[in-house]
Amino acid sequence: MITREPFEYPENASRRERLYLAAREGLAELGRAVLLGSRALCALPGLRRPRAQAEFMRQMYVCGIESLPVITVVALFTGMILALQIGIELQRYNQEFRIGSAVMVSMLREMGPFITGQILAACVGSAMAAQLGTMTVNDEIAALEMMSINPVRFLVTPRLAAMMIMTPILSFYTCMMGSLGGSVIGMTQLNVPWSQYLGAALEFARVKELLVGLLKALLYGMIVTTVACHEGLTATQGAEGVGSATRRSVVISFLLILIVGYFVTRIFY
Amino acid sequence: MIRFDNIVKRLGGRNVLDGLSFEIRTGEVFVIVGPSGTGKSVTLRHMVQLLRPTSGTVWVDDVAASEVDGDELEKLRERFGYLFQGGALLTWLTVAENVALPLQEKTDLPEDEIARRVQEALEMVDLAEAADQYPSEISGGMQKRAGLARAIVRRPEIVLYDEPTSGLDPVTARTIDRLIQHLNRNLGVTSVVVTHDMQGALSIGHRVAMLHGGRFVEVATPRAFAASSQPEVQQFLAAQYISRGTFFAEGGAR
Repeated sequence: MITREPFEYPENASRRERLYLAAREGLAELGRAVLLGSRALCALPGLRRPRAQAEFMRQMYVCGIESLPVITVVALFTGMILALQIGIELQRYNQEFRIGSAVMVSMLREMGPFITGQILAACVGSAMAAQLGTMTVNDEIAALEMMSINPVRFLVTPRLAAMMIMTPILSFYTCMMGSLGGSVIGMTQLNVPWSQYLGAALEFARVKELLVGLLKALLYGMIVTTVACHEGLTATQGAEGVGSATRRSVVISFLLILIVGYFVTRIFY
Repeated sequence: MIRFDNIVKRLGGRNVLDGLSFEIRTGEVFVIVGPSGTGKSVTLRHMVQLLRPTSGTVWVDDVAASEVDGDELEKLRERFGYLFQGGALLTWLTVAENVALPLQEKTDLPEDEIARRVQEALEMVDLAEAADQYPSEISGGMQKRAGLARAIVRRPEIVLYDEPTSGLDPVTARTIDRLIQHLNRNLGVTSVVVTHDMQGALSIGHRVAMLHGGRFVEVATPRAFAASSQPEVQQFLAAQYISRGTFFAEGGAR
């Protein structure tokens, strides 16, 4: 059952009991979110149905194409800032010709997936939480349940699949745009020719960097979708509840992206 | 048959339902009235486990509706149609697509049969001309009627109506009342109607129940209900300009 009642403390609970209950409820929420993500993953084969494919394609467009403008701007300027900051330091040692490798490696390893994850959490995740939250408080989720239509299969799975595909693609795009931004700074501010910038960038960028970055992006996409859908589907108490769910979705996604990013880096490097 | 056995539901620190027990017979139109916030919709939601009771059991025939899970719950819900207060239409689908959704997702009917049944359901609620419009393009009343078409398109045994006539003009409200009667008389649909509209309640109900303080203070036929001496009932009737016992004497209904 997706539609749930809000958690309430017993009226005569002491402060210690409330603390215990809050911790227990927090863990229960975590468990429910993981369960939601797992169920959505298990329902992936259902996307072969023509009607499900239409919704899946719609979500691909929303997650991917609609995020492109903001990702392009952020990636370009991040690459430019990186190139400028690192380039100034490298110039002190006459090593500015290596700026390409510095920008490319940092984008592939960390900045590309991180920026993509954060932008998608802010743009797409918040929209998902708000949409599903509004559907929840307007009884649309209950209506689906009454029609015996599983809201996870119907709503969460197409979003999860779309994000699992689009986040790595967008992350790669972010890396390329960042490197392009870096090259502009290299050519205009650091007097590093394009060919030298590109040579340095490709010299140190290994396949492992690319693959680990794509893995991170995939995980971030799954995190953003699961958190957003879980928060949306558990929204209560009208417009205020939808607002809270949206805010929580963005904050939790931001934090989890940072934490998971650290552990993936720790495992592979 | 739907039976509530001593249902208690605690929400927001108070017992919204406080030992509620009653039975709805198969083929009956059972109307629940009462002031806002007394738990009418909460009662309705317990019948299909959109809410679970704090204590007590809800029975639908021999199925403990408040306790089943998984496939059994799905089977139970397939017997019901539910009209939600606001219609609860999916905003990215047209009216016709909304009505077709339960048939497309849960049956193996061919597309032309689905289209025929959708058209039939939309004509029943007088909404055929809005089939290709999106919910945001139609009025609240039309959304509610589209929700009703969706609720009945699967031809359920039992239909739960949550405020079916609120926000509708009087003519449309009476059309909905007649539709509820039509479904009951011609198709044998058991109907549970939650409403504030006493005119409609007394006109369509086989029995009318007044919820107050978490329990029914009156459950009676419309005629007996209108003549009830319960102060809560009389106050509610008087607020809608229906004086004790005169509704039927004036030929207001039935």
